[in-house]
Amino acid sequence: MAEHHNSPTVGSYLAVFSTLMVLTAATVWAAFQDFGAYNNVVALGIACIKAFVVIVFFMHVKYASRLVWLFVGAGFLFLLIMFAFLMADYLSRGWLGAPASYYLSIQ
Amino acid sequence: MAEHVDHHAHHTHGLAHQFDDMAQQKESVLLGMWSFLITEVLFFGGYFATYLVYRTHYPIAFAEGSHELDITLGTFNTAVLILSSLTMAMAVHESHKGKKNGILFYLAATLILGCVFLGVKYVEYSAKFEHGLVPGLAWHPHGEHSPQLALYFSLYFGMTGMHAIHMIIGACLIIWLMVKTARGTYTAEYNAPVEVFGLYWHFVDIVWIFLFPLLYLLGRH
Repeated sequence: MAEHHNSPTVGSYLAVFSTLMVLTAATVWAAFQDFGAYNNVVALGIACIKAFVVIVFFMHVKYASRLVWLFVGAGFLFLLIMFAFLMADYLSRGWLGAPASYYLSIQ
Repeated sequence: MAEHVDHHAHHTHGLAHQFDDMAQQKESVLLGMWSFLITEVLFFGGYFATYLVYRTHYPIAFAEGSHELDITLGTFNTAVLILSSLTMAMAVHESHKGKKNGILFYLAATLILGCVFLGVKYVEYSAKFEHGLVPGLAWHPHGEHSPQLALYFSLYFGMTGMHAIHMIIGACLIIWLMVKTARGTYTAEYNAPVEVFGLYWHFVDIVWIFLFPLLYLLGRH
């Protein structure tokens, strides 16, 4: 079986685990610092790195076929499309002069 | 690869008749699980998109909301879930070698860590009920941003609740896998169910990796 030749070792799993724990500590530390406009970028950037590490190593995408890569990539591409089109709508609503509260009122 | 296995195909334990060999079966099973997980990504994506829209509109109320959460418990639970991902990865690792006791040990560890996570979540939820921070069930007005804070907590309970349901389903599946493992179903050749469940468990971990900063950390400084 080809996949077993480059299967991950216990050592690599421990390295991945340590990386994830360090990144968790880093994101908690970063939460109490003020990076101005970059607070959200730092928090979500670290979360994306953690998710990437889990997907590639724990979920074995590194060792999987190109077809699995394609499926995973397509899933996140569509997630991004959803976010991008949704925010393109909501963030641009005030641009035409009507108050935002006209479109989105909670009370 | 197929030519090596074909002669024995009919006798291979765990091989469904529609597949040529174990490698082909495993490839199909893993791809099927990934297809399901992608629908899960987009399902949770709906929650994240809602969060994104309301956070952009009510940043102050959402920052107030994250201050109401216990960052120590949140960090502890994040560590517990990452550790459970490690034990799950180890269970899959042992299943590739067909080591029954190894699989059982690491599945049990994953189950215990999952239960610890849910126990901490119970403590956190109880505190929210005590403090009147549960929209619709136990809500006390909180300052001038109260309606927007209620939105934050609706999303908090919706997102962490749906995540917890996934954890509970995962815990039930671990018990089922442990029974099958104890019966000797999984071998070095046939272990796809353990690996496929591993993918599910890691996915649930990834959802939490995003929930933690979004709900607990943003707006803290």
